Amino acid sequence: MSDTSRRAVVRDSLGVAIATGTYGLSFGAVGVSSGLDVAQTCVLSLLMFTGASQFALAGVVGAGGTPVAGALAALLLGTRNTLYGLRLAPLLGYRGWRRAVAAHVLIDESTAMAVARPDRDLARAGFWTTGVTIFVLWNLTTLLGAVAGEQLGDPRDLGLDAAVGAAFLALLWPRLTTATSRLVALLAAAVAAGAVPLTPAGVPVLVAAGVALLVGVLLPRREVAS
Amino acid sequence: MWWAVLAAGLGCYLLKLAGLSVPARVLAHPVVARVADLIPVALLAALVAVQVLAAPDGGALALDARLAALALAALLLLLRAPFLVVVFGSAAFAALLRLL
Repeated sequence: MSDTSRRAVVRDSLGVAIATGTYGLSFGAVGVSSGLDVAQTCVLSLLMFTGASQFALAGVVGAGGTPVAGALAALLLGTRNTLYGLRLAPLLGYRGWRRAVAAHVLIDESTAMAVARPDRDLARAGFWTTGVTIFVLWNLTTLLGAVAGEQLGDPRDLGLDAAVGAAFLALLWPRLTTATSRLVALLAAAVAAGAVPLTPAGVPVLVAAGVALLVGVLLPRREVAS
Repeated sequence: MWWAVLAAGLGCYLLKLAGLSVPARVLAHPVVARVADLIPVALLAALVAVQVLAAPDGGALALDARLAALALAALLLLLRAPFLVVVFGSAAFAALLRLL
């Protein structure tokens, strides 16, 4: 592949990575307003490093759920990274320690910037540029957001409780491309809201995961590509 | 709390590593693939609902500034606003409504 196309891949990846890396600011602020301390918030970004799962753990715990329920929600959301890995494995072609490092920066954005490339060299360029840039920015901005969030007083006065819902909606938005996914989203939201008065905090989210299971199993096969 | 942070963090890493390591045929079954695709949608939608509708002390539903802020978030997403504008715009709107 020519240098020009490689440079284009790196440039596009940097654009996506810089835009995404700054979300860490909102995760940091949300983390401390959910009752995590600054260190726990930062360790989530360092160790878990997958935004939706981090928001889920903070959201469930912040709403009064147990740490177990928060961890389970985070893990269930993390399963999609397994799918990304399956798609990327033949494309990246890594073994041993390179694979172990690559796994850590395997997230929505690094997958998206790698998966559509015509060859291995460009796929690797997109993957590493995006993954590593986001990792660095995400952790810096998490720290900033967490420290700032802690200085700012009651999170409700700042509307930070409303920010969490908005963050989840923004993460959900690009996934609502098919009729099936919109149906699942509506059903899951209704089931979760219905379960709030009936179950301990944190459980409604896990119950709603059952909707994905039911719809996935029951729906006729032709709907898959809708 | 710490052990949940560490265990979930490690677990999420292992889920990523598993994808790069297991043979692809595990997910070749169409129903497995479809359920795996839909799980993030269901969880995120449920998190939106709980985050916006559950009363702060838990155990009941409550309609307040959070719902109005979510409506603004949806509008901003329709207008293709960037993530941070959506998140902090909704927070500012909720804060403003509570001041009024």
